[in-house]
Amino acid sequence: MTDILMPALSPTMEEGTLAKWLVKEGDTIKAGDVIAEIETDKATMEVEAVDEGVIEAILIPAGSENVKVNTLIARLKGEGEASAPAAPAAAPAAAEAAPAPVAAAPAAGGPISAASTFADPDIAGKPLKKITVRDALRDAMAEEMRRDDRVFLMGEEVAQYQGAYKVSRELLQEFGDKRVIDTPITEHGFAGMGVGAAMAGLKPIVEFMTWNFAMQAIDHIINSAAKTLYMSGGQIKSSIVFRGPNGAASRVGAQHSQDYAAWYGNVPGLKVIAPYDAADAKGLLKAAIRDPNPVVFLEHEMMYGHEFDIPDVEDWVVPIGKAKVRREGTDVTLVAYSRMVGFALKAAEELEKEGISAEVVDLRTIRPMDHETVLESVKKTNRLVTVEEGWGPMGVGSEIVSRITEFGFDYLDAPPLRVCQEDVPLPYAANLEVLSLPSVEKIVKAAKTVCYR
Amino acid sequence: MARTRKAEASEGKAPETGVNTFVGKDELLKFYQDMLLIRRFEERAGQLYGMGLIGGFCHLYIGQEAIAVGMQSISQQGDQIITGYRDHGHMLAAGMDPREVMAELTGRAGGSSKGKGGSMHMFDIATGFYGGHGIVGAQVALGTGLALANHYKGNGNVSYAYMGDGAANQGQVYESFNMAQLWKLPVVYVIENNQYAMGTSVERAASETDFHKRGTSFRIPGEQVDGMDVVAVREAGARATEHARSGQGPYILEMKTYRYRGHSMSDPAKYRTKEEVDEVKTTRDPIDHIKERLAAAGVTEDDLKGVDAEVKRIVAEAAEFARTSPEPDPSELYTDVYLEAAE
Repeated sequence: MTDILMPALSPTMEEGTLAKWLVKEGDTIKAGDVIAEIETDKATMEVEAVDEGVIEAILIPAGSENVKVNTLIARLKGEGEASAPAAPAAAPAAAEAAPAPVAAAPAAGGPISAASTFADPDIAGKPLKKITVRDALRDAMAEEMRRDDRVFLMGEEVAQYQGAYKVSRELLQEFGDKRVIDTPITEHGFAGMGVGAAMAGLKPIVEFMTWNFAMQAIDHIINSAAKTLYMSGGQIKSSIVFRGPNGAASRVGAQHSQDYAAWYGNVPGLKVIAPYDAADAKGLLKAAIRDPNPVVFLEHEMMYGHEFDIPDVEDWVVPIGKAKVRREGTDVTLVAYSRMVGFALKAAEELEKEGISAEVVDLRTIRPMDHETVLESVKKTNRLVTVEEGWGPMGVGSEIVSRITEFGFDYLDAPPLRVCQEDVPLPYAANLEVLSLPSVEKIVKAAKTVCYR
Repeated sequence: MARTRKAEASEGKAPETGVNTFVGKDELLKFYQDMLLIRRFEERAGQLYGMGLIGGFCHLYIGQEAIAVGMQSISQQGDQIITGYRDHGHMLAAGMDPREVMAELTGRAGGSSKGKGGSMHMFDIATGFYGGHGIVGAQVALGTGLALANHYKGNGNVSYAYMGDGAANQGQVYESFNMAQLWKLPVVYVIENNQYAMGTSVERAASETDFHKRGTSFRIPGEQVDGMDVVAVREAGARATEHARSGQGPYILEMKTYRYRGHSMSDPAKYRTKEEVDEVKTTRDPIDHIKERLAAAGVTEDDLKGVDAEVKRIVAEAAEFARTSPEPDPSELYTDVYLEAAE
């Protein structure tokens, strides 16, 4: 007898909808037969049988949502085997209860959404709706494309495929292939063309399938986009947004798992944004598209599927260059950006249990960096821990520590600490990957250290 | 009249041009003046460099004047020009003020980029000149992007993306070729083959030295042109422009040319013989060549004296302006890094 389990169809898939069974109990199948269709928030995929035999029992009915990866979904009887006792047909609720297999849990610690109890002044009192980070980004692009016909999107798989991560879903249908342009896999070339089009007065959004691939294009981002306004004495502007997922996804290895915030944050002429939640993703992307300067917009694959409350208002725009206090505290300041904000919020909850009150500052924009907000927090807490997914040396944390030391030396009661990726290329092995990346535990430990606890 | 060779592109051939390429006496005189201006300007730039008034890198265009001038005679208002670091000739041909160009070379406030760009980084939207780029090959992708913008706006304009034989080996050039042909973008690629990428001859750097064939695998038509003959350049430029402007996509012109000076002011050019340089100067010089054409049209050396004097005056004035324009105010250090967000 063979168990058929809910498969993981991408490195970051944790659950999906079992949309359709293409076989029924009693059917004889052979390896390679398509037996079911599974939908994730990114795509619909076919499930192929790995073994041959007779479908003895279908345990998760078609249409079940939120079926966790590795849930038992059907049972296969090999030829000549006796039937097993009839298994109870599992309802979706039962699927939820299925134990999450260790192997399928994302190595980087899975989704961490710590519900902050802090009343967010940005959205307090506004009507709210729930939306994923993915759709928030999509809506931002769609709204700005409706608003300004100079705005267009170009990149790999952005049009017909609907986005490698489905961030550009349905944009082709609404705006057509003149404004949603599929490019060949030539980052260097199309990034340069984007900058050239920007110099001619258009407002391109250049999507990189991941920021790792933008290494092929970094010359145009820096030498062509960031520097030309200055080199031309203010004549040539490049109003362009470079965007895509940044940082470590899950188990994709060193070449696909780098955080570039510090790299681009080093360059005058660029603005660099790394949002955490859906409201900031949408509001900051809209601001980035409107900005007359080149903007590097660092998203996070592990956040795309997360839902957050977002103000349900017309034209939600968040100003660039303003950090945000996401949780108030009195004992230690945790500064983070992008996905690490969630880790910091979770760490703050853990610290609270131990009697340490942590304030969490979400940088949101890396350049220009709002160190004033961090400084105001440190004036209150006198202790500082920075959290970033990238490497420590010459990193974002180093910059924050430098500025707080420079502008707030007298307020510090302990040497600041940096939590970052270990100083190695990101390993593939699940256990090593966990060891390499920042974690809630590492943040808690650092916070306790600066509190001398 | 024009000495050209065409690449066997599997799609598209040079169209019969709709542009009038007839070159009469007046046009020849204008070509002569424009080319002479570039030559005298560059000679003076070399002199100012020797005097320490120009710093850093300074790449002179002497020998290649016919290309920028001949191509410019085809372009229309709104067309864009973009090139690499050997850019003074293109700027002057495009119509930029020689004083501002020279003052940029000396790093002065009156320079085209307020003294913040230098020899390799000047721009002028009014004349359609988009730089001036120091990273070899980058201007090809950028120029293709200018063409993408023309295509997007449907404005009927053409982008002229210049590169040297060295840049023509860069990967992004072929990425750009591919997308330009795929999307039928209005761009003319002008490869100025002056035989040397800094100190490396084309034979030592290129597995295919016929650069006009470099678009063949992308189905982009190309032709080889005598880049020392301004009339040949103009005629080929008209064919290429017609192709691009009429929506048929990109076109490649390989201009066979020669630079008389070193790669930059600091290059003694020991990689080629004096005889080789002298032979080009005496047998193929673009300005001598147009003088012959002018003579055939009945214009004597005496008739040209007025033009020579005018060019001399313009260059002297530019040099004087570049010498006397003040250095940028220290307050300019932090301007033009960002534009204020207000849209």
